[in-house]
Amino acid sequence: MALQNPTPSEYIQHHLTNLTYGYHPENGWSFAHGAKEASEMGFIAIHVDTMAWSVGLGILFCWLFRVGANSAHSGVPTGVLNFVELMVEFVDKSVKETFHGSSNLIAPLALTICCWIFLMNLMDLVPVDLVPYLFMSAGVEYMKIVPTTDVNATLGMSIGVFLLIVFYSIKIKGFGGFVGELTLQPFGKWMIPFNFLLEAVGLIAKPISLALRLFGNLYAGELIFILIALLPFYLQWFLSVPWAIFHILVIVLQAFIFMMLTIVYLSMAHEHH
Amino acid sequence: MNLNLTLIGQLIAFTIFVVFCMKYVWPPISGALADRQKKIVEGLDAADKATRDLESAKSQIEDELKQARTQVTELLEQANKRSAQIVGEAQGKAQLEAEKIIASAQVQIAQDAAQARESLRADVAQLAVAGAEKVLRASVDRAAHKKLLSDLAKEL
Repeated sequence: MALQNPTPSEYIQHHLTNLTYGYHPENGWSFAHGAKEASEMGFIAIHVDTMAWSVGLGILFCWLFRVGANSAHSGVPTGVLNFVELMVEFVDKSVKETFHGSSNLIAPLALTICCWIFLMNLMDLVPVDLVPYLFMSAGVEYMKIVPTTDVNATLGMSIGVFLLIVFYSIKIKGFGGFVGELTLQPFGKWMIPFNFLLEAVGLIAKPISLALRLFGNLYAGELIFILIALLPFYLQWFLSVPWAIFHILVIVLQAFIFMMLTIVYLSMAHEHH
Repeated sequence: MNLNLTLIGQLIAFTIFVVFCMKYVWPPISGALADRQKKIVEGLDAADKATRDLESAKSQIEDELKQARTQVTELLEQANKRSAQIVGEAQGKAQLEAEKIIASAQVQIAQDAAQARESLRADVAQLAVAGAEKVLRASVDRAAHKKLLSDLAKEL
């Protein structure tokens, strides 16, 4: 359904729809044609574009850092190694400032989060029509190239972080300690249901806020790029250039915030109350 | 904004990337960084040590120079003394030699003078005989007188 002269709302709708493959009650296993079919597929569906771009960018990250790691030596660093070391030292410093336990996982986790999210956010700076247009010429109807504007992607990562929070809480404090933390504070044992309600909300809010913060910021940024793209072409640069420059800050900041909050949550999971 | 299997897919991909990073990226790089830190610390220590060594070498050189200077002065003094001694010795020798030469020359002179006196004595005797002969030619017995004169010459 390549749109011929779409209305602005159709245009926006088109740009905000993922390429979805899943099980449709009527059509069986197929690509969804339009947002309505995609939502009818329910949970048994997958955003092919989100998965492809995010995995591709993740592989790019792994490859780049693996190249750096392979050439790692204690002499004078050059080229890729220089950049990789810069990132590693930056992340290591951030982790050491916040997290005081010893863990082999948290620093690499933070590095992966920081770089992967940055790369995914970076796709936001690619002109909004370029890649969808190319794919549409090849017959692919929808193509959303910024994985972090898909709430599934951000929630997937934040659930990963959430599982680690639970895992470390139980590992450090024991199952009883973790349950106790959820139920015996802040009001003591006579208020267990109320305490549990408060603490559970606090716990669940961590992954949700992580995911929605990143998703919301990037989604809004993408939306504004799309709105700017609706302007006449001779006016676009006037808004898109400042917005893109501002967005360079946003994409780095969001990657950094996701990383820092992950470190903070995990260091909280390591602490006894 | 549909929640669907992408969520699970992302979770799996995320896990794989983190594990990859943890296994194959982080350890070599942080190891290299730690190694470099160690190397830099060692390098700085070595530089400090080298500076200290240089300092001590400098002071040693100074000491040795001082020693060499005093040695040179001593040597010079010795040489001066020795040269004075040599000159003195040479002078003494020359004096002796000169005296010897003078003595031998005096002996020679005395001999020559004695010889000259001898020959003069002979000449005078001859002349006296010749003169006397001329004076006394006629009346004198040549043989008797000759014997007389030679006796006289022997007595002289």
